[in-house]
Amino acid sequence: MSLPRINASLLLLAVLASLTGCGRPETRIERGVREQILHIANGSEPQELDPHLVTGVTEHHLIMSMLEGLVIEDPKDLHPIPGVAERWDISSDGKVYTFYLRKNAKWSNGEPVTARDFYETYKRMLTPSLASEYAYMLHAVQNAEAFNTGKLKDFSEVGFKVLDDFTFQITLANPTSYFLSLMNHTSWFPVPVSVIAKHGPVYERGNQWTRVGNNVANGPFMLKEWRVGYKIVVQKNPHYWDAANVRLNEIHFYAIESTDAEDRSFRAGQLHIGYTVPLSKIDVYKERHPDLIHINPYLGTYFYRINVTKPPLNNKTVRRALVMAIDRETIVEKITRGGQLPAYNMTPPGTAGYTARAQLRTDFEAARKLLAEAGFPGGKGLPPIEILYNTQESHRVIAEAIQQMWKKELGVDARIVNQEWKVYMDSQRTLNYQVCRAGWIGDYVDPNNFLDMWTTGNGNNDTGWSNAEYDRLIRAAGAETDTAKRHELFQQAEAILLDECPMIPIYFYTRVRLMQPSVKGFYPTILDNHSYKFIYLEPLDKPFSRIQL
Amino acid sequence: MLRFIANRLLQTIPVLFLVATLTFFLVRLAPGGPFSAEKKVPAEILKNLEAHFGLDKPLYVQYAEYLGNLCKGDLGPSFKYSNWSVNELIAMSFPVSLELGCYAISIAMLIGITAGLIASLRANTITDHAPMSLAMLGICVPTFVMGPLLILIFGLTLGWFNASGWDSARDRVLPALTLGGYYAAYVARLTRGGMLEIMSQDFIRTARAKGADDRRVLLKHALKGGLLPVVAFLGPAIAGLVSGSFVIETVFQIPGLGRYFITSVFNRDYTLVVGTVLFYFALVVLLNLIVDILQVWLNPKLRFE
Repeated sequence: MSLPRINASLLLLAVLASLTGCGRPETRIERGVREQILHIANGSEPQELDPHLVTGVTEHHLIMSMLEGLVIEDPKDLHPIPGVAERWDISSDGKVYTFYLRKNAKWSNGEPVTARDFYETYKRMLTPSLASEYAYMLHAVQNAEAFNTGKLKDFSEVGFKVLDDFTFQITLANPTSYFLSLMNHTSWFPVPVSVIAKHGPVYERGNQWTRVGNNVANGPFMLKEWRVGYKIVVQKNPHYWDAANVRLNEIHFYAIESTDAEDRSFRAGQLHIGYTVPLSKIDVYKERHPDLIHINPYLGTYFYRINVTKPPLNNKTVRRALVMAIDRETIVEKITRGGQLPAYNMTPPGTAGYTARAQLRTDFEAARKLLAEAGFPGGKGLPPIEILYNTQESHRVIAEAIQQMWKKELGVDARIVNQEWKVYMDSQRTLNYQVCRAGWIGDYVDPNNFLDMWTTGNGNNDTGWSNAEYDRLIRAAGAETDTAKRHELFQQAEAILLDECPMIPIYFYTRVRLMQPSVKGFYPTILDNHSYKFIYLEPLDKPFSRIQL
Repeated sequence: MLRFIANRLLQTIPVLFLVATLTFFLVRLAPGGPFSAEKKVPAEILKNLEAHFGLDKPLYVQYAEYLGNLCKGDLGPSFKYSNWSVNELIAMSFPVSLELGCYAISIAMLIGITAGLIASLRANTITDHAPMSLAMLGICVPTFVMGPLLILIFGLTLGWFNASGWDSARDRVLPALTLGGYYAAYVARLTRGGMLEIMSQDFIRTARAKGADDRRVLLKHALKGGLLPVVAFLGPAIAGLVSGSFVIETVFQIPGLGRYFITSVFNRDYTLVVGTVLFYFALVVLLNLIVDILQVWLNPKLRFE
């Protein structure tokens, strides 16, 4: 064999070897560990990266890597810890918050973060022409709602005040005990208004300041790359005040909409952290890879709304019968299988220390009696009830289970109807339904977030239900500063809600995700928020091997 | 020829106008709007939001404004991805779909035409039945089965390729094979059919009588005519291929154009719906024109028409 031939053969061998696994190529996550680059699945493509224009959870996760508010959340239990503000005072009446900003907080362009930045940020957020969909998150502030809805023209009358470059004061309309928790929502993060002004009108949509090259951040990371429909890369921000303690160099957020595609990527070693797990694989992971699957409580309730404006569901007794004839244990054990808790009330247990006393129960016998009492013994004479859900397999199976339970236990016929997402939402808004699937994920950790939606005329009530005493209790809770008294008011309100049953709680959500053991500092939290500054990657003893199921 | 092309392009203008009009109104007729969300937006904010996108104006004014912008080549801002215009979204995603489409077409032609030719030359023997059965299988197995299957074998078991993504040259292989393989099956069957028909024509018999050998008969006389059905098929097929495939893009996580055809409708992203439909329409027109020109070149009979 001549020399060039030997060389060619060796080359061929090397290529084959690299292809078949001898000298296996490094996977993306192994390289990530080496270079401190986190690869994480993040649901769908974000709408925007402007905190004033986004509404979704996907966007929230991205933005919280790049922007930092006055307070941030503790990575383990989410209690407020210093962010841009190194400390704060709260007035004795619970209405005035004074924040003392740290002097070394900087934007990624090197400019200092000042009280003026926060003032200008909130002015932009509340300006009607921007039409920020989440501006109501700021309505707890004095006159904020009036300015936001155009009734007040002068922003200086809104409860934001710059005391000096590094002291910022917020005056609330009512004492709001969960205010600091509220401030961790995306809508409270600062934006660099002077930078925004360079890229178009500040108070209108269509500004391009969030794009790569234009974007300026004050958080632990800053925008490096944005491949629409694929991924967003953020890199460590050298100007961040706590940069010395940020251990990751980059985070790659992938927009993967298909849960199956995401699962395959995870198994091939392309993701450190997944977003969700295909329903059919939860049990397999639990059995074969318990170290990779993480199931944790998530602040949200899966429930059905009942349209109380039309017969026969305007009859409370009928509603109560239907609510009692659902076996929630079976639903979470046999259908959802993701460790969800059966829900017998609206507010997830332990929300900011509140667990509802009043509880619904499953009691088929009592349900049958109630139905007979309402004039429909054995379901006779009751017209079929329609259950509406948005087209999705997981909602369909739950609806079918409930349909069967009602038929078997009460003799009630139910029809299930699915509609495409936007059509379904339209039907819900216009009360064009009888019973309708819904879900509610908390924006902040407080029972108010789950209970004030049921007040009369609330935009998210969508059941036509109204109760004066309930409204009064929720209003009173809003003005109460004492936590114990406030919780007692919520207890009474929730008892009314559960007695009247304009909705059927079904289960409390969990977050089910896959995560490589090399990820450290990523703790389960009830809002599924994770401060990225605390996360890092640690090499494992054994090399990664592709996950076989 | 130039007159033919100019004529065809002129004819498309009224059709383009019709397509724009139909899509514009149809998507607005669908229940639910771009801003209906699970958590309700306050009425005042919704009003401002609609004003920003011009939805507060009467429909005919919106339509006139849309057409005006369209004439300038401006497809408007996306309702859902508010940072980007529809032009930008298409400009970013189309190159990806085009690249993948080109690989897929190359694979489809290479495998399809070769298999079809071999099969037609040895009609009704094992060398015909084997590739044709395989082609039938290729047509029957949808891409959403073939894609995950290839990933399972070559990505997760053998570890030769990534399970998804669009970063390195390697990431192109599996999606191109999945998409190309599917079309290769059609091309193979069309090639076989076309070739068998042409090989039974008189002029082929004449060529043989004159002493032309097999190779000459095939390449010089038969191939051009035999491929006519393939060419006719390729016009719309290429338009479909290069404008992206929702399934392939979802299975392999590819940032192409295909997904927008589906998601824009679900999001009621009015401008993106109309934009993608118009873009696709323009592609189909262009490719059909190219196919017509090719067919004239391939088929002398058409030149007289």
